[in-house]
Amino acid sequence: MSAQASNLPISIEATLELLSRGSYVAGRSLATTLFLALKMGRPLFLEGEAGVGKTEIAKVLSAALGRRLIRLQCYEGLDVASAVYEWNYARQMIEIRLAEAAGNIDRKGLADDVFSSEFLIERPLLQALRSDDAGPPVLLIDELDRTDEPFEAYLLEILSDFQITIPEIGTIKADAPPIVIITSNRTREIHDALKRRCLYHWVDYPNAERELQIVAAKLPGINKQLSQQVVAFVQRLRDEDLFKLPGVAETLDWADALTQLDRVSLDGDAIDNTLGALLKYQDDIAKIRGSEAARLLEQVKMELSGHGSVGG
Amino acid sequence: MSAPESEIEGRLAENILYFARLLRSAGLPVGPGKVLDAITAVRLIGVGTQSDFYICLFSLFVNRNDQRELFEQAFHIFWRNPHFMERMMSAMLPTIRLEQEAELEEMSRRITEALATGDEKSRADTELDKVEFDAAFTYSQREVLQEKDFEQMSAAEIAEAKRAIASLRLPIIEVPTRRFRRSAQGKQVDMRATLRAVLRSGDGIPLRFKKPRRRHPPLVILCDISGSMSRYSRMFLHFMHAITNDRDRVHGFVFGTRLTNITRHLRHRDIDVAVEKAADAVQDWDGGTRIGECLKQFNTIWSRRVLGQGAITLIISDGLDRDEAKGLEKEMERLSKSTRRLIWLNPLLRYEGFEPKATGIRAMLPYVSDFKSVHNLNSLTALTEVLSRP
Repeated sequence: MSAQASNLPISIEATLELLSRGSYVAGRSLATTLFLALKMGRPLFLEGEAGVGKTEIAKVLSAALGRRLIRLQCYEGLDVASAVYEWNYARQMIEIRLAEAAGNIDRKGLADDVFSSEFLIERPLLQALRSDDAGPPVLLIDELDRTDEPFEAYLLEILSDFQITIPEIGTIKADAPPIVIITSNRTREIHDALKRRCLYHWVDYPNAERELQIVAAKLPGINKQLSQQVVAFVQRLRDEDLFKLPGVAETLDWADALTQLDRVSLDGDAIDNTLGALLKYQDDIAKIRGSEAARLLEQVKMELSGHGSVGG
Repeated sequence: MSAPESEIEGRLAENILYFARLLRSAGLPVGPGKVLDAITAVRLIGVGTQSDFYICLFSLFVNRNDQRELFEQAFHIFWRNPHFMERMMSAMLPTIRLEQEAELEEMSRRITEALATGDEKSRADTELDKVEFDAAFTYSQREVLQEKDFEQMSAAEIAEAKRAIASLRLPIIEVPTRRFRRSAQGKQVDMRATLRAVLRSGDGIPLRFKKPRRRHPPLVILCDISGSMSRYSRMFLHFMHAITNDRDRVHGFVFGTRLTNITRHLRHRDIDVAVEKAADAVQDWDGGTRIGECLKQFNTIWSRRVLGQGAITLIISDGLDRDEAKGLEKEMERLSKSTRRLIWLNPLLRYEGFEPKATGIRAMLPYVSDFKSVHNLNSLTALTEVLSRP
C-alpha cells in the first residue's frame, strides 16, 4: 500500500513532470487539479471541446504510474449489463443442462452454483474495483455526456462508495478506490450532483508556446519552421468565426500531413490542399480556403519574422 | 391589552380567516378545516412572537415547498400591517385604488390578483355594482377565451389564459431508447429472466421477453421576445414555464437582438419568481430582432450542448427580421440538420390569406417540418397533436 502511495506525485511540480514523461504538455492549472484529485481521492472531471487531449490525460497517467487503464466508452443506452457486469448465459445454460443430464434435481443448489462469480462477466466498472500488484487502476469514463441520465445516477452511487451490489452474490467493495477520470464533450450538461463529487477542469485550447511544445513532443522529427508556422496559423484560425475550431489533435494531424507531403514551410497551395485535416465542416473550409488562408498566412509570416528579429 | 381578551381573539380569528381567504385566492389549497385548525393552533401557542406565529400558520397552510414563496409574501403583506387588508377591503373606488398601486407594485402578481378578487367580492357585498369589473369568469366566457387572440385580451383575460396555460400538458411522442424492460409482448429474449425461470420451473426453457423502453426526446424552445412579439412573449414565457416544470430535458431560450438561455430560471416552481428571474436575465425585451444572428449564436454555442439524443426544436417567432434575413437561411439549414424536428409557431399565421412575403419568413420556411399558428389557447392545445406525431 505504501509503495503504491509513493508512486503518486507529491507536488504540483512532480505532477507536471509525471505528465511530461508521458509527453503530455500540461498547463499548471491542469496539473494542480490533477494533483489535488489524486491526493484527495476524488474523480477528475474534464470538460472541453473535442480534440484538446482529455482522454490522453488518463492514458498518460496510467502509463506513467504503471497502472492498468480501464476505459468505459459511454454511449446512449449504456446499461448495467455492458458497464458493470453480466451473467454468462450460454455457460449457465450448459451448466444447467449438464446437471439435468447427470440427474441432478437440486434446483436450489444449482441456482447457487450458476449464479456464482465463476459465471460472472466483469465489465469496466466492476473491473475497476479490483486492484493488482501495481495498485488500483485508472478508470477512464469517456464522453459521459453521450449516455443518459439514469446511467449518470447509477454512476453517482459507485463514485461515492466504490462498491457494487450484485443481488445474487453480494456487495463487492474496492480495496483501494481507483483513480477516476471522467471526460465530457458537453453535448449535454452533466447533472450538478455528479459534478459536485468531482474536481472540475475545463481543458482549453493551449496557447502558442504550449502548442509548439506539444507538437515538438508528439512529432519529434518535424521541421522547426513548419511547426512554428503550423501552430501560429492554427492559433489565428481559432480567432476566426468558425463553426468548429480546430483542436490540438487537428494541429497534430495537419502538421503530420504536411510532413508526409515533404513540406518544410506553409504556402497557399499546401494549405488549401490539406485543409481537410484541420477543418471538418464544409462551411468552414469554404470560408477559409483561398484568399482568407492567404491573408492569415501573410499575418503568420509577419508575426514569425518579427519574432525572429526580436529573438535574434 | 385593555380590550377584553375574547375580543382580541375574535379579531385574530377574523384576520386568520381573511388571511386564509387571501391564500386561497392566490392558489393555495386552504380549506375551511385548515382555518379552524389554524385558529386552534394559534390559541394553543398564544399570541407570542411573529416568527412563532409565522411557523404556526406556515405548517398548517403550506404543504409543498413551492408554495413557500407565495405564502411568505402573503404573510408579510398581510400581517406586517394588520389594517392593510381592511383598507384593501374598503378600497372599493377606483380613485383610492390608484393611490395604493405603488404599494402593490412590489407584491407578487398573484397576491395582487388575489387581493383584487377579494376586493371585488366585498364590493359585491355592498352592492356597488355600478363599477365595472371583469375578473370573474363563467364557463361560456371561458369558451370565448379559448378562441380569443392573446393580442386582444384584457388584463384579466390574460390572467385567466395564463392559468389555463399552467395546466397545459404536451404529450410529446416517445421514442424507443436502447434500454429494455421486461414485457410479454417484447420481441427480444430477456436472458436473465429466462434463466431464473428455468431454475424455477425445472422443465424446458420458458422464454421471457423484453422490449425497448420509450422516452420522450429533449425539447428545445426558442422564443422571440422582440417588440413585434411583445403582446405574445410574456404569454409564451408562461407556456415555457409550464412545459419546463412538467417534464425533464426541456431547454428554454429567448431571443431578440441576442440569445439568452433561461432554462435554469424557468425551473423555478413558482411562475412569478421564474418569470421575474428570466426577465432579469434578458436584456433585450421588446427590442429589435436579429433572428439570423441569434440562431447563429444558438448553433455555435448551444446546439451541440442541448440538441443531443434526438431533440425536437420549437421556434416561436413572427419571422420579422430587422437584419433583412442576413445569414438566416444558412443558420436555419444547419439547425434543421441538427434536430429531429423543427417546428415553427407563428402568431402571424392567424390572419387569413397570410402570405410569407417578409424575407425572414421566406428564408426560414423551407427548413421547418411544421409551420403552425399560435395566437390563442386553442392553437396552443392544437400543438399537442403536432408534437405527438413521430
